[in-house]
Amino acid sequence: MTDESQSARNRRARSQGVQVALAVSLYGISFGALAVALGFSVWQTMVLSLLMFSGASQFAFVGIIGTGGVAAAGAAIASAGLLGIRNGLYALRISPLVGPGFWKRALAGHLTVDESTAVAISQTDQESARHGFWTTALVLYVGWNLATLVGALAGDALGDVRTWGLDAVAAAAFLGLLWPRLVSKEPIAVAVAAAAVTVVLIPVVPAGIPVLAAAAVGIVLAIYRHRVAPPEPAPTDRGDS
Amino acid sequence: MWIALIAAGLVVWALKNLGYLVPPKFVEGALMTRVAGLVTVALLASLVVSQMLQTGMGVSLDARVPAVGVAAILLYFRAPFLVVLLAAGAVAAGLRFFSLMV
Repeated sequence: MTDESQSARNRRARSQGVQVALAVSLYGISFGALAVALGFSVWQTMVLSLLMFSGASQFAFVGIIGTGGVAAAGAAIASAGLLGIRNGLYALRISPLVGPGFWKRALAGHLTVDESTAVAISQTDQESARHGFWTTALVLYVGWNLATLVGALAGDALGDVRTWGLDAVAAAAFLGLLWPRLVSKEPIAVAVAAAAVTVVLIPVVPAGIPVLAAAAVGIVLAIYRHRVAPPEPAPTDRGDS
Repeated sequence: MWIALIAAGLVVWALKNLGYLVPPKFVEGALMTRVAGLVTVALLASLVVSQMLQTGMGVSLDARVPAVGVAAILLYFRAPFLVVLLAAGAVAAGLRFFSLMV
């Protein structure tokens, strides 16, 4: 391992990071347009992207409030939070890469999301992983927020959600986020169970509650599977998204 | 609305940073990894279904269903995310425009 090959690996990690970040940033357009179409102001939409900065949590928050109104705010917060748990787990992997320094760690904490983690852990050594993480994280943060703004301004001009099929776009967005996770029988079974519980509960409980019940199903099944199936030796991580 | 929005933002932000504060051995391990992974799957699956079927406090089969069907086919063939979203929107909007479905 010479210095040269190290800098080549760093460069490759950075260019991977830029590509992933730019591609994923574009989804910010759909988030911005959707949030505004569901009744959020441009400013509220921007605060979600700037402060929450986690695609699945953001889509869940606006989706639940969009269908359930302010009455579903509790369920929306809880769902966004539950979807944020995995970011906390990513932090455990990224933490050693970031090293000491309060502000640096605080910034890294905010930017630890699916994509920055995926690029970092798909590198072969610590240093290029660090390059990959920070490049993806910073480009994605800027790109995602700019794209949200573009989408929000465009969404403002669109008007009715249903005319443009934006309600179907929201469902498709969740399916798109779910799809890459359906890699084995276990997640597929959990997805089917969660979907079934949701359909059954929608007519009988207030909006937002079916989603939380589905989350509970996920937790129970995870614990059950942990008991009956031996833990895998190493968690498998996907590469880029 | 603003309160809910800021609260949700802070909850997600706090969870992200929590991973940097706790010693890894408290939360690392097969069980937490599995719970986090499967909760994400369960929530997303539930959100697909409620976004696709829910109308007020009822379930209805409308233009969203074929739109999500098309999205699933495109995802199966590994189409890019944006293409999937645009196609789903186009199917639902088209069916409504031609009054084939509500």
